[in-house]
Amino acid sequence: MPPTQILTRPQRMRRKIRQIWGHDNFGHILTMAAGAAILIITGVIFYELFAQSSLSRHAFGLNFLFTKVWDPVAGIFGALPFIYGTVVTSILALLMAVPLGLGSAIFLAELAPPRLSDTLSFLTELLAAVPSVIYGLLGIFVLIPVLHTSIIPLLKNWFGFLPIFGGDFFGVSYLTAGVVLSIMIVPFIVSVSREVLLAVPQDQREASLALGGTHWQTTWRVVVPFAMKGILGSIFLALARALGETMAVTMVIGNNPQIKASLLAPGYSIAAIIANEFTEAVGNLYLSSLIELGLVLFILTIVINGLARLLILATARRASR
Amino acid sequence: MSDETTQTDLEGQTELKIHPDLPDSPKDKGPRMKMLVRNLNFFYGSSQALFNISMDIQEHRVTALIGPSGCGKSTFLRSLNRMNDTIPGTRIEGEIKLDDINIYRDVRDVSTIRTRVGMVFQKSNPFPKSIFDNVAYGLRVNGIKDRDIVNDAVEDALKRSFLWDEVKDKLETSAYMLSGGQQQRLCIARALAVRPEVLLMDEPASALDPISTTKIEDLIGELRKNYTIVIVTHNMQQAARISDFTGFFYEGYLVEFGATQGIFTKPKLKKTEDYITGRFG
Repeated sequence: MPPTQILTRPQRMRRKIRQIWGHDNFGHILTMAAGAAILIITGVIFYELFAQSSLSRHAFGLNFLFTKVWDPVAGIFGALPFIYGTVVTSILALLMAVPLGLGSAIFLAELAPPRLSDTLSFLTELLAAVPSVIYGLLGIFVLIPVLHTSIIPLLKNWFGFLPIFGGDFFGVSYLTAGVVLSIMIVPFIVSVSREVLLAVPQDQREASLALGGTHWQTTWRVVVPFAMKGILGSIFLALARALGETMAVTMVIGNNPQIKASLLAPGYSIAAIIANEFTEAVGNLYLSSLIELGLVLFILTIVINGLARLLILATARRASR
Repeated sequence: MSDETTQTDLEGQTELKIHPDLPDSPKDKGPRMKMLVRNLNFFYGSSQALFNISMDIQEHRVTALIGPSGCGKSTFLRSLNRMNDTIPGTRIEGEIKLDDINIYRDVRDVSTIRTRVGMVFQKSNPFPKSIFDNVAYGLRVNGIKDRDIVNDAVEDALKRSFLWDEVKDKLETSAYMLSGGQQQRLCIARALAVRPEVLLMDEPASALDPISTTKIEDLIGELRKNYTIVIVTHNMQQAARISDFTGFFYEGYLVEFGATQGIFTKPKLKKTEDYITGRFG
């Protein structure tokens, strides 16, 4: 018998392990399990939120979404002020963060020397790792005084006639929460968009330059459109973060369940009220209403992301035709 | 060295016939040089890629650049429209003239050079836009907005690149729907739309099948009438078929330069002969 076929026991075991580990099926099952886990976790979260909120769902029905009153003492719970606050602060945040984030990403990817670009994007990614309570504190101790002394008087002076800048400013408000959120989500937009822009093939840039396009025209007409899908992806990621952000928003939004047209008025958000009141919720209906708010946030996130994705598909189809 | 003689000839410009073996060069007033390269040295950082290159590029002729990979022929080609400017850390010495303009010294806005000296790349690189928008791109970035002018220019460019009949009914479809050979001809049309005087081609057919390659070669034969063409190629037969002049590059030097017929039938240097006959490279 040739010596290669005589195997000691550990050798046989190693061979067996290699057969299992190296086999295609094994990798297939492993990755499929990981994929399935995501679906299962999402399903379980949805089911739990749905099941635990049954008391509130049965008590208020769809009216829950349109009721403006949140009165734990009287036992009347409505989600509208919270939905309003969540959506308004997130939109504000996007309005400020998208131009800023996209601008920085273009600078880092297209204009900055590579070394500066790498350093700056490292710092940007550090920003994403700062705990949100720190952003809340920054909001309270830095942003609110600045808003109070310099920015709000200017806004009032120029745009005071608009209802969104009406009323008095006490520091905590939709606007403050929006600004804090925008600072928090900019790093997501910058770092993902930069990667996407860097991944645009060099030959696209060269084609434009060789036709007499300037650097700026090349960036706006070729590089950014080429990377648009990824850039929008980064914006969704940022939006999802803004919708669900809890701690920083709670610290600066004012925690007042009302609906005001003025961005300078205090408000409330879904995530903030769950965090604030969950531990103190006495009574099953109260608890169940808070859980239903969680369900609403869950669905809101899915609906907004879904709509945004549809929008992309529609524009992509139009562009490729 | 052959370019030594051409160089001195050129100082006297039009009276001297530099390439007497060229069949259809007008006898009375000698060939006109579209681009002149003098003592060109090129550096990537501290490493030198081109050494003291001088070359005359004749108007309405095809000049082929051959040589083994990494010999500097693409670098040379890309210095003719300042495409190397986009690579950080590069440096150039010597001069390149387009007509009477020193393209490195006299030009403030590099895009004006690139509209006069167009470029087609090795890999076809259409934009992810419609066929029409691809061809119109160069016009639009150069500020031409008038719809009629753009329409006419696009049609004209597509006709010149013999693509019009294949795409005239689907100008609004994505350029990515075209075959590889069509995409490359689209890139040629796109370059032609801005009405360049010189067309640089960096191995335009190396990624294409034989039939598409033949089409590109025929196209170059046609374009030669109106444009000055400089083409980099790895394919010796291609260079022999389509070019009027050939320059052989080796390790950053222009080893031999002259009429294609001469280079391929009786090269002056052993090195050139070895390369052409396939003994190395």
